[in-house]
Amino acid sequence: MLAEVTAFAFPPAHQAYLLQARQMQALSFSVHIPLVCFGIALPAIILYVEWCYLRTGDTLYRTLAQRWTRIMVALFAVGVITGTILSFEMGLLWPNFTATFGSVFGLGFAIEGFSFFIEAIFIGIYVYGWGRLSPRLHFASGIPIVVSGITGSFMVIAVNGWMNHPSGFRLVGGKTVDVHPVAALFGNSYFWHELLHMYLAGYMVTGFLLAGAYAVGRLRRYPVPPTRYERTALAIPLTIAALAAIAQGPVGDWAARDVASTQPVKLAAIEGLGTTTKGADEHLLGWYVDGRVKYGVAIPDLLSLLAFHNPHATVQGLDTVPPDQRPPVNVVRVAFQTMVGIGTLLGLIAVIFLFVRWRHKRLPDSVWFYRALVFAGPLSVVALISGWVTTEVGRQPWIVYRVMLTDQAVTGASGIPVSYGALALVYLAVACGVAWVLRRLARVPMDSGQPSPSPAAG
Amino acid sequence: MHLYDVPLVFALIGLGLYAVLAGADFGGGFWALTAGSGPAGERIRDYVHHSVAAVWEANHVWLIFVLTVVWTAYPVAFGSIASTLSVALIVAGFGIIVRGAAYALRSGTSSTAETRIVDTASGLSSVLAPFALGAAIGAIASRRVPVGNAAGNLITSWLNPVGILIGVLAVATCAYLAAVYLAADAARGEEHDLTRRFRARALGAGLAAGAIALGGVAVLHADAHPLYHGLVAGNGLPALILSVLAGICALGLVWTGRFEAAQYTAAVAVAAIIAGWALAQQPLFLPHLTIAQAAAPHDTLVAITVAVLAGAAIVFPSLALLFRLTLARRLGHTDEAPAVPTPVAAVLSASTQGLLVRVAAACLLVSLAFLTATDAHWAHVIGVSALLVFIVTGFLAATPAELAQTSASRENHTE
Repeated sequence: MLAEVTAFAFPPAHQAYLLQARQMQALSFSVHIPLVCFGIALPAIILYVEWCYLRTGDTLYRTLAQRWTRIMVALFAVGVITGTILSFEMGLLWPNFTATFGSVFGLGFAIEGFSFFIEAIFIGIYVYGWGRLSPRLHFASGIPIVVSGITGSFMVIAVNGWMNHPSGFRLVGGKTVDVHPVAALFGNSYFWHELLHMYLAGYMVTGFLLAGAYAVGRLRRYPVPPTRYERTALAIPLTIAALAAIAQGPVGDWAARDVASTQPVKLAAIEGLGTTTKGADEHLLGWYVDGRVKYGVAIPDLLSLLAFHNPHATVQGLDTVPPDQRPPVNVVRVAFQTMVGIGTLLGLIAVIFLFVRWRHKRLPDSVWFYRALVFAGPLSVVALISGWVTTEVGRQPWIVYRVMLTDQAVTGASGIPVSYGALALVYLAVACGVAWVLRRLARVPMDSGQPSPSPAAG
Repeated sequence: MHLYDVPLVFALIGLGLYAVLAGADFGGGFWALTAGSGPAGERIRDYVHHSVAAVWEANHVWLIFVLTVVWTAYPVAFGSIASTLSVALIVAGFGIIVRGAAYALRSGTSSTAETRIVDTASGLSSVLAPFALGAAIGAIASRRVPVGNAAGNLITSWLNPVGILIGVLAVATCAYLAAVYLAADAARGEEHDLTRRFRARALGAGLAAGAIALGGVAVLHADAHPLYHGLVAGNGLPALILSVLAGICALGLVWTGRFEAAQYTAAVAVAAIIAGWALAQQPLFLPHLTIAQAAAPHDTLVAITVAVLAGAAIVFPSLALLFRLTLARRLGHTDEAPAVPTPVAAVLSASTQGLLVRVAAACLLVSLAFLTATDAHWAHVIGVSALLVFIVTGFLAATPAELAQTSASRENHTE
C-alpha cells in the first residue's frame, strides 16, 4: 500500500524512458502472444486430424496434418525466439522487479522452462518423424507437445495472476521474506479465469486464422463448390474456433466479475467510472473525459448488474485512489470495448456456422459468410492483444498490484529508445519473413500425389 | 555444499550443456557461413542444416533454463547482471532472433540463392550470439558487474580484453565442437568426403581455440588477476588441468579419426573450463556479493531444487530419445511413402449426432448458470467442466470428419 516509501532490492533508477520501456515490453508481448495461441491449439488440432487418419486410413487427413505440421514448426521456431526475448526482458527492462520478486514468482518460469523443453524435444521428433516412425509412435510423440503447451502457458499465466493478485511473501527492507512460492503461484484463485480465457482465445485465434486462410481460397474459386479437402480443411479449425468463441462468453463474464472484486480500479478504468457510484451505468463506446464517459450510449444500472448481479450495487470509481495510481483510462477502455465487440462478432459467426452445420449438415453457402470469415482471423488477433492490453495496462501504474510501481521496477540503463527501435525493426523483418514463408507453404501444390516432405527437405 | 549452492550447480550444468549442445548448433552456422559457394559449399550447408534442424530448439532451451534458475534462486545477482550487461544481452538476443527465424524461413526457400541468403543471415547471427554471450561471461568473471540496477558500465563491462577474449574463444569453441560432431555424424553415415572436410575443420578450429586459450592466460593475468589466480593457483586448477588434457586428447582423437570419442572428450574440455571458472570465483557471485548472500529464501531454494530434479527426471529421458532417434538417423526427410494404417472405422457414426447437439446445448446452459449465477469456487468448477463437455460434444456433433466421409463415398460413387 505504501509503495512510495517501500524499499526494494535496488534503489529507484529514475528512468527517463519508462514509457518506451513499457512499449518495448508491449511490442514483445504482442508479437509473442499470437504465436503462443498456435502453440496451445495447433498441436491439438493436428493430432486430432492425425487421429482421424489413423482411424479411417483416409490419406486426406494425413495430407492435412502434414501441411499444418509445417505451419506449426515454422511458427514454433519464431515463438521460441520471441519467447527468449521476453525472458531476456525480465532482466533487461525490469531488473528491480526480478531482483526483488524473482524468488517469489521465478519458480513458475522455471517449471515453464521444462514444459518448453518437452515441447521443443517432441516437436523435433514429431515434425521430423513423419513417415519415419511407425504411425502409432508418431501419433504418440505428438501428445507431449499438447500437454506441455498447456502446462507451459499455465505457468506463465500463474505468474501473471500473481502480479495481479500478489501474495506469498512479505517485504522487509527491500528483501522478500516469508516467501512461499508454491502458495503464491498456485494458491492464487485469481488466475483460473485468466487461464481459461487465454486457452479459449488460443483456440479462437488459431481456428479462425486457419479457417480464414481456406475462406480466402474458397472465395477465389467461388461459386465452384469446394473439394472434399477444402471442406475438411475449413471445417475442422472453424468448428473448434466457433465452439471456443461461444464458450468465451461465460468465461469472459466470470473474468470481469473477478476483476470487479479484486481489482476495482482496473474495472473502473475499463468502464470509465470516475466516481464511486451506486447503481452504475454501463457505457458503450464514447470517450473518457474529466471523470466521465462522453458521447457514449449509457445503459442505466447495467454495470452494477453485470459486475455484482445487483442493479443497485455500489461500484468503486477511479476516485478511490490518488490520480497517480490510476491507469490510462481511455487505453484500457478502448481495448476492452474492442475485445468485447470483436468477441461478440466472432460469437455471431460461430452461432451461424454451428446452426447451419447442426441443422443442415453442411457448410454455409453464402459468400458473405466467407467474406466475414476472412476478417475473423485477424480480428481475433486484435481482440487477443486488446484483452492483454486491458489486463496489463489496466494494472498500471503497478507492476505488482499495489506493491511495486512499474516506475520502481524499470532498469537504470540508458539507451532504451535505441533497443526499442532496433527490436521493432528486427520484428518487422521477422514478420515479413514469416508472412513470406507461410505464403510459400500454402502454395505447395496439393495434388502432387506424394506426401509433402518434412520442412527439413528445405 | 550448502542448499544455497545447489541451484547454482544446476545453472552451471545447464550452462555447460548449453555450451556443448547449442554451442555446436551455433558452430554449425559458422561452417555454413564459411562453406563457400558452389555445389561443395551447398552440400555442407545442407548437411549442417539437416543435422541441426531437429535438435536446435531443444538445445536452445538450456539458455532459458539457466536464466530462470538464476532469477529464481539468485534474483539480485540476476537483476544486476542483466541490467549492466543489457547491451551484450540485446546483441545476443538479436543474434538468437535472426538465427531462429532463419530456421523457420529455410523451409520456404525454393532456390539455392534464397537458401544462401537465409544461411548467411543465420551464419552471421551464429557468430554474433556466442560472442556476445561469451563476452557477458567474461564481464562477470572479470568482476565488472557490480551489484545494482545497471551499476556497471554498459559497454566497457563486456567490451574489454577479457570479454573479447572469452567471446572469441566461445566462437572458436562452438566452431570446433560443431566440426567434431558433424565429422562424427558424417562418419556414421559413411559420407567420406564430408567426414574428411569436417575433420580438417575440426583440427583447424581446435588448434585455433587452443591457441586463443593459451594466449588468453596472458590476458587474464593482465586484466583479471583474481580469476587468473583462482585458475592457476586456486580452486580452479584441477578443472583447468582436466580441460587442457581433455582438449589435447580430443584433438588427438580427431586426428586419428575417432570422432565419436572425440565428441565427448571435447565436450568434457568445455564443461571443465566452466567448472574451473566457477571454482575459481566462488564463494563470490558478484563483487561484494557471495553466493550465500545472493541466494533466495529457504522455501524458494527448496522449491526450485525439487522442480529441477523432477523436471530433469522427465526431460533427460526425453532428450535421450531425441538424440537416439537423431543419431540413428530416424528423423528427417523421407521419400518413402509411409505405411497406410488399416482403416479401423468411421470417425463417428452419424446416428448419435442429434443427441450430441442436445447434450452440448444443455451443457452450455448449465455452465452459464454455474459460472455467472454464483461466485463460489465449487460452482465454477462445475461451470467450467460443463463448458468443456459442451466443447467436446459440440465438436463431435459437428464432426468435420463427416464432411470428408460422406463426400468420399459420394465421389467414389461418381467415379
